[in-house]
Amino acid sequence: MTTLTISPDQDSAELSRFVAGIPLAEIDVSRPSLFQSDKIGAFFERLRREDPVHYCAESSYGPYWSITRYDDIMAVDTNHKVYSSEAKLGGIAIQDMHRDQSNLELEMFIAMDQPKHDAQRKAVTPAVAPSNLLLLEPVIRERAGAILDALPVGEEIDWVKCVSVELTTMTLATLFDFPWDERARLTRWSDVTTAIPGAGIVDSFEQRRAELIECAMYFKGLWDQRIDQPEGNDLISMMANSPATRDMPFLEFLGNLLLLIVGGNDTTRNSISGGVLALNRHPDQYDKLRRDPAVISSMVPEIIRWQTPLTHMRRTALEDSEIGGKRIAKGDKVVMWYLSGNRDETAIDRPEEFIIDRKNPRQHLSFGYGIHRCMGNRLAELQLRIIWEEIQKRFDFVEVVGEPERLLSNLVRGITRLPVKLHAH
Amino acid sequence: MIKVTFVAHDGRKLRVEIGEGLTAREAALFNDVPGIDGDCGGQCACATCHVQVDPAWIDLVGRLADDSMEADLLQFAEGTTAESRLACQIRLDARLDGLVLHVPEQQY
Repeated sequence: MTTLTISPDQDSAELSRFVAGIPLAEIDVSRPSLFQSDKIGAFFERLRREDPVHYCAESSYGPYWSITRYDDIMAVDTNHKVYSSEAKLGGIAIQDMHRDQSNLELEMFIAMDQPKHDAQRKAVTPAVAPSNLLLLEPVIRERAGAILDALPVGEEIDWVKCVSVELTTMTLATLFDFPWDERARLTRWSDVTTAIPGAGIVDSFEQRRAELIECAMYFKGLWDQRIDQPEGNDLISMMANSPATRDMPFLEFLGNLLLLIVGGNDTTRNSISGGVLALNRHPDQYDKLRRDPAVISSMVPEIIRWQTPLTHMRRTALEDSEIGGKRIAKGDKVVMWYLSGNRDETAIDRPEEFIIDRKNPRQHLSFGYGIHRCMGNRLAELQLRIIWEEIQKRFDFVEVVGEPERLLSNLVRGITRLPVKLHAH
Repeated sequence: MIKVTFVAHDGRKLRVEIGEGLTAREAALFNDVPGIDGDCGGQCACATCHVQVDPAWIDLVGRLADDSMEADLLQFAEGTTAESRLACQIRLDARLDGLVLHVPEQQY
């Protein structure tokens, strides 16, 4: 394997030349450092052009296929009868779910195939159904306004900590009807769930395990209070009272909770931060937004495309198959790189640009396609629309005043710190 | 040209015309019919072009086939009825001239 040294100040032409010099067979796009340094795009660009269905024989995660073009990704994602999400086969991320001895063997409906997947998913979807979102909208708007009103104008603040984390955690606490003063625990459990031991959040798998069990016990307490009570609109009451979910084994109970916590937390958090960054990098688009706040409705899906909060989803082939002329063998690990598909010029016009009034802005891969398509997509869009409407009422410019810091992860495309200064109208 | 009437949730009617051979999704999107998003580009992959076919037309359009991708997707949508279909799967030919489709309150 070639050892890569990529400096943060390398310009894009230099990076492209460097990437072009690597033998194709040695390209491994799974290394988390490539995402943390935000250099991954040049690697995907080369794969899309030269080897869109790419086999990597050696990586920290074992051998895997990379699917990097939009149409091929959709073909895999909608073929859930051949490409399995089952946890016992490895699950939905490049990192196998049940292979680490000291890890918890969590079960969650995102990592299940039909028919079990369908029954469990249906039990919780009412929480994010349009009718429930109509009830949530004024609550989220009030909270978003309160968060923004409390921010100092003209001083450097961390947007991630002050806004993105706050808003998504509040929304999640509302969905679970979680004790309000304890809601920071949700953020912690979400971070712990996706953490690689040693990368700053937890020190070991044992610590991770202990914290997740603590999470389960806390929720068990809420569950016991709500089971057999008249059904509430919150996610815990729904799960406690649905035949598909009320008798779940412990690891399935914990797994589904964590799925909802991570799904509602990490993703929208990073889209809220990513939107600020994108507008700062495209000042002409910020001007467009200032002139016409109505453009927010198409800016929201464009932010979600541009950020692509989850870089990939993974499947396992249940039988021999073919994608883009390559033969995928039964048992192979197939990774759909949504981040790459969302930059595919054959599917999206000028994909590297952030265009807030783009035609067909909703046609992006960030939510996935098919039966596993993001369940909370409408809630994510609602939160983004509200926060930007409320920002525009208050501030002329959310100015990025330093380099963003990014998460060391090949799954969550996270911004961990974004220094900004607010300018009032 | 095929005439299609979309009935919005509040009862408003939108009459549009579309070339034969295209789908009801295109009829809605090309004419800015509100409430039909069609996120996936018409690939039967996202369930954001859910419509309820008017009962008078459902047999001509055809009912949802069991064990199809369309049925897999629609099971998660809100407000589905026995006449629910995805607009991207309704191909418009001369038989369907005058078709009436109801748009749900919101797409999932």
